[in-house]
Amino acid sequence: MTRIATVLICLASIITLGACSKKNTDTFYQSGILYCSESAPVNFNPQLDTSATTSDATAHQLYDRLLDFDAETGRIVPSLASSWRVSDDGLTYTFQLRKDVAFHTTEYFTPNRTFNADDVLFSINRWRQPSHPFHDVSGGRYPYFESLGIADNVAAVNRVNGYRVEIQLKERDSSFLANLATDFSVMLSKEYADHLMAQGDPERIDHYPIGTGPYKFESYRKDHYIRYRAHDAYWQNATSSQRLIFDITPKSSLRLAKLMTGECDAIAFPAQTELDIIRNRPDLELAEKPGLNVGFWAFNTQRPPFDNPDVRKALAHAIDKNTLLEAVYFDSASRAKSLLPVASWAYQNDAEDTAYNPVLAERLLRDAGIEPGFTMTIWAMPIERSYNPNAAKMAELIQRYLGDVGINVNIVTYDWTTFRRHLREGLHDSVLIGWSADNGDPDNFYRPLLSCGAIPSGTNRAMWCNDRYDALLNQALETEDLAKRKAIYVQVNALLNRELPIVPIAHAYRYQAYRKELKGMQINPYGSIRFGGVTKQL
Amino acid sequence: MRILLRFSILFILTLLVLVVLSFALIYLFPGDVLNNLTGISAQSEAHRDMLVEKHRLDEAYFFQFTHYVSELFSGNWGQSFVSGLPLKEEIGRALPATIELAFYAMFIAVVIGIPVGCYAGLKSYTPVDYSINSLSMVGYSFPVFWLALLFILMFSLELNIAPLSGRISLLFDIPHRTGFILIDILLAKDIDTSLAMRDAFRHLLLPTLAISVISTASMIRMVRRSVIDVLNRPYITAARSRGLSRWQIFSRHILRNALLPVLPLMAIQITTLITNAMIVETLFSWPGIGNWLIQAIYQRDFPALRVGMLAVASLVITLTITIDLFNRLIDPSRDKYERGTI
Repeated sequence: MTRIATVLICLASIITLGACSKKNTDTFYQSGILYCSESAPVNFNPQLDTSATTSDATAHQLYDRLLDFDAETGRIVPSLASSWRVSDDGLTYTFQLRKDVAFHTTEYFTPNRTFNADDVLFSINRWRQPSHPFHDVSGGRYPYFESLGIADNVAAVNRVNGYRVEIQLKERDSSFLANLATDFSVMLSKEYADHLMAQGDPERIDHYPIGTGPYKFESYRKDHYIRYRAHDAYWQNATSSQRLIFDITPKSSLRLAKLMTGECDAIAFPAQTELDIIRNRPDLELAEKPGLNVGFWAFNTQRPPFDNPDVRKALAHAIDKNTLLEAVYFDSASRAKSLLPVASWAYQNDAEDTAYNPVLAERLLRDAGIEPGFTMTIWAMPIERSYNPNAAKMAELIQRYLGDVGINVNIVTYDWTTFRRHLREGLHDSVLIGWSADNGDPDNFYRPLLSCGAIPSGTNRAMWCNDRYDALLNQALETEDLAKRKAIYVQVNALLNRELPIVPIAHAYRYQAYRKELKGMQINPYGSIRFGGVTKQL
Repeated sequence: MRILLRFSILFILTLLVLVVLSFALIYLFPGDVLNNLTGISAQSEAHRDMLVEKHRLDEAYFFQFTHYVSELFSGNWGQSFVSGLPLKEEIGRALPATIELAFYAMFIAVVIGIPVGCYAGLKSYTPVDYSINSLSMVGYSFPVFWLALLFILMFSLELNIAPLSGRISLLFDIPHRTGFILIDILLAKDIDTSLAMRDAFRHLLLPTLAISVISTASMIRMVRRSVIDVLNRPYITAARSRGLSRWQIFSRHILRNALLPVLPLMAIQITTLITNAMIVETLFSWPGIGNWLIQAIYQRDFPALRVGMLAVASLVITLTITIDLFNRLIDPSRDKYERGTI
């Protein structure tokens, strides 16, 4: 039976094959963009997850924010809010909203109204108020807003009229506007949420998303693909591709191979070792920008002997950062002195750095009572990120350096989810990991990485809590004057250099590889990838 | 009739052994038994007790087993640790993809292997025969994974003739119906069928070729051997002496008699074929059962491994026994008293 079917199919196809013309084929293949991403998103709402995978897949494809970053200058520009005003005391922000912004019309939802103030209130109150009906939907954790303490700092969100919203803060926060422009501050539809609530299926809001962005959700198969379609009524006047497809391809070498054969038009995270191959191909484009990230080695400061700053300092002096840069990053990164990369306005050029000095390291260790033969663990993260493309290799190198000063190292690794859970529980001695910032504001590095509030939300890998540090960070947010803020961050850097809860290692460049046929691709240093306005021309 | 009976008993017994083995795996895999069986991590003690009772894990092994079998038959195969989807659905998508690949490879092997094999057999011990024979030897000796990699390197990365991953470009939105991509394309609406067909063929090209090289080579060798055997039989000489033409001798006497012994050999080939298909799938990211099982191994997805292995083993056994039975039915003269074997 099947054999007869096959024969029929073969015949049918032979007949039809003749009927294709080149023009038709090209029109079809350039109607959609294929992006090979590295893994599956946790859900379709970036408010709920800080991983780059989730925000790449959703933040700029499905949603818009009140404000955006200009990809060139990093300045804050209007998006769904057409203009805004800050009161003199810096506590009240008023946003004028854009009119006639249409939400997605999909198979599962047809909106009856356009975007207005109610949607802003819904989107912000969802992560702000624990009593909000949607707060606990899909887990009720909003890591970005929790780790930065934004949720606690917002006193009220008021609707002035249909297209004007007022946000009141408890304390001045000069990074507040920047936070509203990050990937995570997306605008959801209240009408859709109410509709789902009435149906009794509120969880769907994060799995069958509705937004105002350039693409709308069509279908998703876990670990296989995500299909998006162009949002024809998109408010911004940009011609985007008719379709956008995320082809989930975890292996980096396979992503590159698919880029070379044209099965992908753009790929996520090209490996450092593959960059030269991409540069040498005439049909491929490699965009490069200094990234807003830092790769570091964090000590668990709640475990002895790592609670002793001298021990941490000794370990920091025992490693040679330059060798790590060459061997792990293949020189596609710059050496990190503090947490901030050069691209940040608060970068301190003359910040102190730890030099490679095994003799000093050994002396400090003996003084602190650490005898030769002491054993510690280094946790190496199991996945590749631009800030650390090969943590396992880096761990082996550090193992050798520490061996020279008489310390035995066990390297530990788990799968990514387990790894992060155990880290949050504080089971590590030290860990090689890093951070990609969500905006250029220095607070976005200092606070989530080392403040006391970031320990429970799981981004403070050093489990380090210092009152003076937190006080300095808060002080920096109270002024709008950049020079004053910068002076405070110089003090913060000095404090960190004395305490060394983490050893900053590198700031990696950001890469994006895509085929020449893609027009309008722009690398976005402030957050995740954007496909709005990108088209393909064969 | 007795043959039918004997084969069905053999079939059922083998399946039973497989099911027992897969049931034993629940206890042999590391980790929680309940977890290995259902793929669900219990949220609370109460939930756990409910699940234990539902799957009768608190009863004696025998009752657990009978319940396990009835669940298998009613389609409750548990769910995957990783994706949380029902395993039946996942296998229902993956298995047809493998069968499709193996089927086309077999098709090529038959279409090329039989004529070439006959030709070599008829021209036995001539230069033509020697060259066909040595070529097929070379083809047969290629490790399939190496050949597949070589194809990718040459045809995909260098010459850019064919794509290297998947069944069809994701730009085509083909709804899942039968699981066989070509049939699904014909059933799909709102797509450019001819364009989709062409795309699917380009995706099929390299994996099918990689598998069929080995199958074709062994097919050629089997047919050639068999034709040479038949040529030396006295009835061929008799036919020639009766003045039949060469074509008549070939079609009436040689072909039929030569193909009979090839059939059971083909049954043995199916195991190799499916194994090769599973290897090639992982290289071409073909969404078939081999690729799926490898992912399950990486992610320690024990429920998926258990059911996946059971599904593959059942498929192979079903195919082998069916072909064997078919062969016994069309050729009753062969070894009447020989027992059914796998």
